[in-house]
Amino acid sequence: MGVDVQDDIAVGQRLGGSGLPPVTKDTRLPNVALSERPERSETGVWIGIFAIVMTFAALTSAMIVREGVALDWQRFQLPKILYLDTLILFFSSWTFETALAKMKEGENHFSESMAWLCITLALGGSFVIGQGIAWRVLAGQGLFLATNPSSSFFYVFTAAHALHLVGGILGLGYLIYKLKRTGSAARTTGIRATSLYWHFMDGLWFYLFVILLVRM
Amino acid sequence: MHEVSTHPVAHQHTAPTGFIRKYVFSLDHKVIGKQYYGLALVSVFIGMVLSWLLRIHLAYPDYHIPFLSKLSASGAPGGVMTPEYYLSLLTMHGTLMVFFVLTNAPFAAFGNYFLPIQIGAEDMAFPRFNMMSFWTTFAAFVVMMASFFVADGPPISGWTAYAPLSAVGGDAGPGLALGQDLWAISIAIFCIASLLGALNFIATTLDLRARGMSLMRMPYSTWAWFVTSVIALLAFAVLLPACVLLILDRVAGTSFFIPAGLVLSDKLQPHSGGSPLLWQHLFWFFGHPEVYIAILPSIGIIATILPVFTRRPLLGPKALIGSMVAIGFLSYMVWGHHMFVSGMNPFSANIFSIPTLIITIPATIMTLLLTASLYGAKMRFDTPALFCLGFISVFISGGISGFYLAQPSLDTYLHATYFVVAHFHFVMAVASLFGVFAGTYFWFPKMFGRMMSESLGKWHFWLTFLGVYCVFMPMHYLGLVGNVRRYSAFVDDYLAPLIPVHRFITIAALLTGAAQLIFLWNLIWSRFRGPVAPENPWEATSLEWSTTSPPPFDNFGGKHPVVYHGPNEFGVDGPDGSDFLMQTAAPKNS
Repeated sequence: MGVDVQDDIAVGQRLGGSGLPPVTKDTRLPNVALSERPERSETGVWIGIFAIVMTFAALTSAMIVREGVALDWQRFQLPKILYLDTLILFFSSWTFETALAKMKEGENHFSESMAWLCITLALGGSFVIGQGIAWRVLAGQGLFLATNPSSSFFYVFTAAHALHLVGGILGLGYLIYKLKRTGSAARTTGIRATSLYWHFMDGLWFYLFVILLVRM
Repeated sequence: MHEVSTHPVAHQHTAPTGFIRKYVFSLDHKVIGKQYYGLALVSVFIGMVLSWLLRIHLAYPDYHIPFLSKLSASGAPGGVMTPEYYLSLLTMHGTLMVFFVLTNAPFAAFGNYFLPIQIGAEDMAFPRFNMMSFWTTFAAFVVMMASFFVADGPPISGWTAYAPLSAVGGDAGPGLALGQDLWAISIAIFCIASLLGALNFIATTLDLRARGMSLMRMPYSTWAWFVTSVIALLAFAVLLPACVLLILDRVAGTSFFIPAGLVLSDKLQPHSGGSPLLWQHLFWFFGHPEVYIAILPSIGIIATILPVFTRRPLLGPKALIGSMVAIGFLSYMVWGHHMFVSGMNPFSANIFSIPTLIITIPATIMTLLLTASLYGAKMRFDTPALFCLGFISVFISGGISGFYLAQPSLDTYLHATYFVVAHFHFVMAVASLFGVFAGTYFWFPKMFGRMMSESLGKWHFWLTFLGVYCVFMPMHYLGLVGNVRRYSAFVDDYLAPLIPVHRFITIAALLTGAAQLIFLWNLIWSRFRGPVAPENPWEATSLEWSTTSPPPFDNFGGKHPVVYHGPNEFGVDGPDGSDFLMQTAAPKNS
């Protein structure tokens, strides 16, 4: 069955089309291994990544302009918990990849991979809680959203990233629910798309963290 | 030629039967396309009535418009609008037309309906996102319209919402309290909707093309929607954070766009160090690509429709597609030309003028290709063809003034005058709407299964075509003699002698607007009483004409089209003595 589909795709591509099955509704996907399966949710995440990169590029350029346009930019010490948060998010990308590796090893590793996914989910949640603590620390120092342009951009950047990450957490939660329902990685869609988004959130945070370290 | 599906298909959603799922919260791209079209139609008529009010006030500043005082007692006491209320209505005219008409009609409405069919797909890649995209747009529309009914009415800061006027709140003038809040929230919601829509268009084009539908075999309209969706994805992704920063300046006391030491209504504003120019940069980084979001789909629609009526292949299909891609790319490098008089460094103005002049090259190539394709044509003068020709005319008329405005030295004089009003109405608004009209007369049979009235269509075309020239051509003259824009009345010794020109424009605008009622009547009458449309009434080649009118729920009745040709096969030896080949026509030797 899996081979049929791959042949089908090859024929479609030879004729000039995209090669994906010419149906639009997510269908019961054939039982091919995780890595070979074409999924349009992955295309969707790639496109979304372009949009998100653009959003954060706009905010970055706004920050550079705003910092240079007046003399009121005040630097402040980033809360220490952000270092821990960064490690947590890096670690969560590793746990996600471990879960995928277990899935590829076969269906008998299914419960192990589910456990790794749940750990990833918990790490994601911890990161958001950590960001909340960082905001509390800053508020304790009297640094609020409107205190200074630097604190304004700090809150805007971290909140925008946390909002996007909450989207990823909801997506991962839904993926775990779907995996639990189907009981099989091969019959569940959106695994690679979710992991792609998760790693992107990780990379985006690393970029923001560097920017914040340099500018705040 | 179709092949019956052999794929392991299990439809996740089948044709719904209940009213709500079928017509309201529908996942079907065709219904969503019609919903966008309906929303654009409502918006365009509101926007048009607003332009009537503005024009009447400009030409007859003392005329009492009876119902206006009911809409806003403070804004139009006794039915005569205050200068501030003039600006409020001007803001709403621009906002409704740019966002809810020029973005929604040629791109979201026709793109939703026809992009999946033209590439042989059953639906969009993400039908749920698609439904969310429309209803989010609708929410944005409701929030925007709500600003008519709050104290002080809509904002006076224009559709570009220049800071600090848009950022400081009610101290700065009428409409800048709750009205401006609603504007910023509405546009932020609109951004989210447009991002969802663009994501869907791109994924659908990349992933769901039928067998044989290579990229170069896609109809020009599909290419235009695809390129436009890439532009929209990147442009709205910038406007969204800009709107968020604007909202924060307004409600959270931040200082992104508000400078220090600003005193309004004798009150020192509690802000420091923000940059009004930063808003302009962020806004126009979106705003200039937005111009192409409005016009590219119409160019694609015209390029798709024109060969059907010339019965000749369009010249230079690759050059046309290349020009669209080039415009998409260059559209991100020219935003500064909206800011020549903003106080920006004059050196930057010269830098921005270069790509602005370069972007006229692909635009000129496209125009020349469309025009040259008319040479030797056996033209069929049906209404869609007339609007295609009208499009070429108004696009050239509006485009030529762009060459002048691209020079910073000339723009410094012309920027704040009616010359610019003439330029962008011709090249962006009227040209884009002519594409929408051409598309409507062309695709109505496919969308509703009935033909539109040709005689009403021709009346509509000629009245509109002559009307828009009477409205916008004299504005070039007004601009050249120095008639400033954004003023609500021209009463001083210098501008008062120009009032007769304004009266001529106003009468022309009223008549041209009234001619749109012919179009509206034609839509309604034809929907119920028009002659029943065959599958392919215009003898066109693209995939939507190979299915029934209107198409079934899954577009091709459970079959998957296979594509053997590009969309340009006109003037050839077709089957049964015809002069065209459908994209699905199998080669003779197969």
